Amino acid sequence: MAPSVVYMEETMIQTQGLTKHFRANSTTVEAVRGIDLSVARGEMVALLGPNGAGKSTTLRMLTTLIAPTAGSARVGGHDVTHEQAKVRRRIGYIGQGNGAGHNQRGRDELMMQGRVHGMSKAAARARAAELVESLDLTEVADRKVMSLSGGQRRRLDIAMGLIHAPDLLFLDEPSTGLDPQNRANLQEHIVSLRRSHDTTVVLTTHYLDEADALAERVVIVDHGRIVADDTPSRLKANLAGDRITVTFSDPSDAGRAAARTRVLEPSAVVEQTGPALDVRVQGGDRILPRLLREYDGDRTPVLSAEIARPTLDDVFLNLTGRSLREGRASATPSYPEAQEVSA
Amino acid sequence: MSTNIARDTALVFTRELKPVVRDPFSVLFGLIQPLFFLALFAPLLAGVSGLGTSSSLQWFVPGVVVMLCLFGTSTTGANLQFEMQTGSHERLLVSPLSRSSLMVGRALKEIVPTAVQAVVIVLATTPFGFRADVPGAVLGLVILAVFCVGLGALSYSLALACKNNEWMFWVVQQTLLFPLLLLAGMLLPVENGPGWLQALSKVNPLTYVVDAERALFNGDFSTDVVLAGAVAALVMAALGLLVGTRAMRSSD
Repeated sequence: MAPSVVYMEETMIQTQGLTKHFRANSTTVEAVRGIDLSVARGEMVALLGPNGAGKSTTLRMLTTLIAPTAGSARVGGHDVTHEQAKVRRRIGYIGQGNGAGHNQRGRDELMMQGRVHGMSKAAARARAAELVESLDLTEVADRKVMSLSGGQRRRLDIAMGLIHAPDLLFLDEPSTGLDPQNRANLQEHIVSLRRSHDTTVVLTTHYLDEADALAERVVIVDHGRIVADDTPSRLKANLAGDRITVTFSDPSDAGRAAARTRVLEPSAVVEQTGPALDVRVQGGDRILPRLLREYDGDRTPVLSAEIARPTLDDVFLNLTGRSLREGRASATPSYPEAQEVSA
Repeated sequence: MSTNIARDTALVFTRELKPVVRDPFSVLFGLIQPLFFLALFAPLLAGVSGLGTSSSLQWFVPGVVVMLCLFGTSTTGANLQFEMQTGSHERLLVSPLSRSSLMVGRALKEIVPTAVQAVVIVLATTPFGFRADVPGAVLGLVILAVFCVGLGALSYSLALACKNNEWMFWVVQQTLLFPLLLLAGMLLPVENGPGWLQALSKVNPLTYVVDAERALFNGDFSTDVVLAGAVAALVMAALGLLVGTRAMRSSD
């Protein structure tokens, strides 16, 4: 039975059919529809999806803020419904809002957060000073929080989430409102926290580049369900493929090349737009030279050729038929005003 | 477990007090309104009642002290409401702090501004002839402190209940504030009012607190009056903390 014990210790998050329904204006919104997720110690997982996909609601259930309508979740080995206090002691949480009270001073709040997690006054003060320094808050830490800029407040939130060096850190859209430099700074902090403490990190984001750069594992969520779950590179390799664009001197050349390509690469998706040919195929880097040789042999001269590696957006597009970028434009709220449906 | 709750409560209490300590003048802003009442209403009262200024102050000042507590403490839920909007309440909910400490620590903090303001009012009216009986005033403040813990907890509960529409907090608070204040005989004695008004006054717990304060500040330790005030304050505190901790437990 020893292996199962080890497994239990190493599993930081385990959910089964995690579900959340909200009632808003007498209609039931199924925000999360049966999520099964397992996260091992030390993993860095990004929940990626458009606004309203259920990412934040999932995170709020995992952090004990809201109770699941159905299903179960264990976080840090404890049940989120029946052992809330134990779960709360294990985790750090950086929500979408500002954690520090606007009437308070940043450093006071930072130290208080450390004390809340059982640190002594001296330890909290030392650790707060360390974080203030490294998050570039020295100038503003002793000012009232309401006088800070959005980016400064966000960095203070991050400091508050990190002060007790939690085993398991949840971040809800952490880099919203940060400039590129501070975003990089935040990513560095998360990476170094993991390296030094083997912290498990779960974050939600709708920034594709952030998920790509930060996470070793991307869980794509759409309409309250997990639609894909893998490393960014495998997701892209398996679910999107490369995009090859070849331009010819006229449409008839392109037409001939299209027919030829379909024969050569039956798995490729070939689309012609005037004199241009779009080929979606896996392993495009190996296929492109061969295609060019074949076109040349057919006497269809190529004007230009280009290859683009897939992005996570291509993955999402392939899975759902919609672009994540479009989803961002038509942002839908994540039901903050909805009433809870009793279980 | 109980030491944990005590530690948690102390942490919440200290946090709530921090802005007051950092910016002590904020407590004095709460005094502006009552000072106007004292400066502009007390002389009218002296004229109407035919008593001298100092006698009317002996009657009026203890009522103003309770009024101060009522104004300051009943609005305190707005602070929590603001924290619910910005996200710091959520941060505390995810922390290991016990839910009851989040309510009790906040409610206990209400004692501090109430006590400071009461002392300032007594000192400010002394040059005009007000004389407070010191042991009586101390006991009076203890009763008031117990009362304002309950009132503060109810204000926070109201804030939690009005999570999705902030304005509702002010509608309820403003609707209840003046009836409670006037029916407690804080500004004018109720004894001269019609019977129905006197009956309403009798069911207002604040009436007993005001009566006890008036007696104690004047050095009158009549057991029945003091006891009634203490019981009203204790009932208020028990009710407030009960409702408040329940509201906090179901907060998300």
